[in-house]
Amino acid sequence: MSDFSEDLLRPRTEDDPEEMRVGSGSGMHFPWLQRLVESVATGGRKQKEFAQTTSACLSFIQEALLKHQWQRAAEYMHSYFQILEDSDSNKRQAAPEIIWKLGSEILYYHPKSSVETFSAFADRMKNIGVMNYLKISLQHALYLVHHGLLDDASRNLSQAETWRYGDKSASQEVLINLVQAYKGLLRYYTWSEKKVELSRLDQDDYAYSAASQSMLDHSWKTSTDFHSLIQVPGVWDPFVKSYVEMLEFYGDREGAREVLTNYAYDEKFPSNPNAHVYLYGFLKRGKAPREQLISVLKILYQIVPSHILMLEFHRLLRKSEREEHRKLGLEVLFGVLDFAGCTKNRTAWQYLAKCLRQTLTGNHLAWVLEQWTPRKSWWPGFHFSSFRARGDWTEDRALAHEKAFVAGTLLGRGCRYFRYISKQDHQALRKKMKRIKKLVKKYSIVNSGL
Amino acid sequence: MDLEEAREFRERCTQCAAVSWGLTDEGRYYCTSCHNVTERSKEVLSTEAIPNTKIQAINRGLKRKKKPERGWDWYVCEGFQHILCQQAEALQTLGVSPELKSQVLHNLWRRYLQKSRLAYCRNPVYSGRRAAAVSDDNPSHSGWDSEPELLSDFSGPSGPSVFDSGAESQPDAHPRGPLPSSKASQSDMSSVCSGSLDGVEYSLRKAKGTVKMTVPGTLALCSLSLLWQREAITLSDLLRLVEEGHVPCVNAFQHFPEEMKLYGRDKGIFSVESWPTYEDIYRKMVEVATFLDLPRFPDITEDCYLHPNILCMKYLMEANLPDEMHNFTCQVVKMAGLGEVDFLTFDPIAKKKNTVKYDVQAVAVIVIVLKLLFLLDDNLEWSLSAVAETHNEENKEDKPWFDFRKWYHVVKKSFDEKKRKLEETRAKYVWKSEKPLYHSSIDRSVAYKRREMVVNLQKQFSMLVDSTPTVTRKSPSSFQFNWTGDADGTCFHGHSLQGALEKRGQSLTTRNALYWLSTQRFCRSYCKHVTTYEESNFSLSYQFILNFFSFLLRINVYFLHEEVSLIEKRLFKTKYSKAKKKSSRSRKVRK
Repeated sequence: MSDFSEDLLRPRTEDDPEEMRVGSGSGMHFPWLQRLVESVATGGRKQKEFAQTTSACLSFIQEALLKHQWQRAAEYMHSYFQILEDSDSNKRQAAPEIIWKLGSEILYYHPKSSVETFSAFADRMKNIGVMNYLKISLQHALYLVHHGLLDDASRNLSQAETWRYGDKSASQEVLINLVQAYKGLLRYYTWSEKKVELSRLDQDDYAYSAASQSMLDHSWKTSTDFHSLIQVPGVWDPFVKSYVEMLEFYGDREGAREVLTNYAYDEKFPSNPNAHVYLYGFLKRGKAPREQLISVLKILYQIVPSHILMLEFHRLLRKSEREEHRKLGLEVLFGVLDFAGCTKNRTAWQYLAKCLRQTLTGNHLAWVLEQWTPRKSWWPGFHFSSFRARGDWTEDRALAHEKAFVAGTLLGRGCRYFRYISKQDHQALRKKMKRIKKLVKKYSIVNSGL
Repeated sequence: MDLEEAREFRERCTQCAAVSWGLTDEGRYYCTSCHNVTERSKEVLSTEAIPNTKIQAINRGLKRKKKPERGWDWYVCEGFQHILCQQAEALQTLGVSPELKSQVLHNLWRRYLQKSRLAYCRNPVYSGRRAAAVSDDNPSHSGWDSEPELLSDFSGPSGPSVFDSGAESQPDAHPRGPLPSSKASQSDMSSVCSGSLDGVEYSLRKAKGTVKMTVPGTLALCSLSLLWQREAITLSDLLRLVEEGHVPCVNAFQHFPEEMKLYGRDKGIFSVESWPTYEDIYRKMVEVATFLDLPRFPDITEDCYLHPNILCMKYLMEANLPDEMHNFTCQVVKMAGLGEVDFLTFDPIAKKKNTVKYDVQAVAVIVIVLKLLFLLDDNLEWSLSAVAETHNEENKEDKPWFDFRKWYHVVKKSFDEKKRKLEETRAKYVWKSEKPLYHSSIDRSVAYKRREMVVNLQKQFSMLVDSTPTVTRKSPSSFQFNWTGDADGTCFHGHSLQGALEKRGQSLTTRNALYWLSTQRFCRSYCKHVTTYEESNFSLSYQFILNFFSFLLRINVYFLHEEVSLIEKRLFKTKYSKAKKKSSRSRKVRK
């Protein structure tokens, strides 16, 4: 049996930990070999039955959890606690975390459990050992939030925030920051509630100044909560977002810009599309020059070419005077439509149709060919099959028309999609179809190639 | 007296500059040399002194508490004695005759103490410390010079009785053990690493030729005395009772008197985190019996519970097999010579060591009989079952023939269920005692804190569990299965073996004329085992039967396989000695 506790100690990687330990490159799995390896590790000494029964107990708990038998799991848990007294200090030290994970799971679902029981359990587990205090506090707080007890959660986090334990506190600094940030998030929540409340009040009202004062108070405290976490590399979307919102509300645009720029451009931070989205949103709100917006979205385009903002990006590029921007605009559209999720996006097709017309009118056939050549092999099957045509026609006529134009332009009038759509006879749309046919005739790159 | 009290007043006399004060009746100081009475009075002084004295008193009180409570001075062997006493009492409540405790076990233990020179001897191990107290004081303890007196009613005239339970209940029972306490000088040093006086010494000692007592060792002593008394508890029963908690062994130390403190080295000696295994205890039994130089045990005759005929009957019932099989087991026992008194009687120091695993042997006999009747080659037993099945359907009024297949299905179902239940109860087994053990006094508070934590957590979770107690204690029973309970044809005790037998001339023989040996060749090398059991080499029905019976006895499967092979060796001597044919045709068992 794989030792669950070891799995917990070591964060799971993509590889199966068991395979890693037995070290067979062929990917074969020998449970008995595992056991042998373990017995060698213990010097061939016979495992005590205490170890055997507790590990059996653990697997019974896991099984019960898997089957949602909370009652049964609690029964075994009752016996499993004795592992805290294991004479093997390694196991004993790993035990609190396992117990916390299993126990909190049981208490979360058990019908007889309540917030009080959960809190009592959490408080008890926090004080077993040193290293788990912050983690458990944080999870406890999240549990309370989940049950709508925001004040209790906030109190809990404030308590955890002041936790210090000699050298140990240094290694857990990130956790302390995280605790603070969550506290900040709770404060942000009350703040934004107050904001809503404030918006309902009349500015001349007496209550208005009091409410705004308390809001101000909140925001000042909160900013310190967020600040230290945001300095640490990581993905802190909700914190950054609320932090920026508060900064902006009080007019500290410079501060907000700094936070967002740092979050998006600092190389120590993991690549995070949302960072660029937030920055873009901020700049857009601030009516920043187009060049600046384009440069932000350019990075986002490199990370997530299918992002919903790409259409906006295209619009920006279209308006730009520079040629390279227009070229990029075409590229962006092709990029968006490469993704299965965007195939039915009418706007995207509309833009593409329009963009193609403009590009070809501007005698930039090379641009189109540059994008089209690598897609020539798979776009017909992907976008322009007759099956697609049938589907698009029944679902969205306008889309079908845009696509038909694009298909006709890129593949010639003989292509299935175009033929299917043009054959559909519809009174009201006949005129439109005629226009499309004319346009295709005019722009088709297949014809011009001939 | 007044002078004494006035000593605190240390100012010079204003008249004569002497410092020699006395107290007047009013409590004023007067100079003893010039009789000048001062204005200062005792009251004033004493009120000044009160806060100080109070602080002193508090200090003293705290100090006394900080110092670990010393408890009694006790020796490791006294601890074992206490465990033995608990075990004997537990056995007594299970229905064993009281003589077991008062005589047999008592004498065995005394003999052990004597042999290992712990007590009752002229030159005990700790002679330096213990000034040969017991042996010189009680020269009348002579029961040990003459062997036959082992069972004689022991009534030591003056000496401390080992099993004087009356003394145990006395709180300050220093003379309780056989060891006098005259070690105050060394106690402080030795108690650094163990609660007992000789814990460190004991765990380091490696005396040649003696058997060190251990907690499983106490079970071996119990088992020996059960054997001496010819009680109806086999070793496997005893171990099952231990696991079910009816006989103390794991954590037996938690019932020691409060004043017997355990820590440090005592932890290694008294804490047990494994159940005793059959093999270990059996080996220990023989070892201890040899060490104690025990004479031949009382004869195991045919009316004894431990006689294979009776044990076979018991295990036939337990395995839900037909009573008629008993005839065959008796014959096998007779032919293999397993039923003879000389073979069965335990005689540890005879030239040819005579030791028998009664329960394993009885079960092995049943396995052999099953092989004789049904061959167990995954083929014949099923065809015989088909015959029995049709017969039973045609003759519904008759005594039904034993149908192996049906039996297999019934037994397999209950067996699997029992096995699962056992696994579950084992997983819930509570190993840790209410009294935490710790290595040194520094760990003490940590150990107690940890214990408290566990108790609190358990309390919390027990509220989530049903109101019914988590561990329902099973009442002790020598049977693990009950087949007679329901009447839906799951009980095979009354079935007949007609289907497996046939008439040949005058006699009735088994229809099956073949037999295969569990072990063809025995290992002759110097390793301890005589045979090996590789599951996949054997038929599935044989595997099932071995698994089932070894579950009944809670022993390893290979252990039973070995016993089967050994009995076959006795039964088919000729086959082994003569031709070394691979597969053998056995002689038929005649009825």
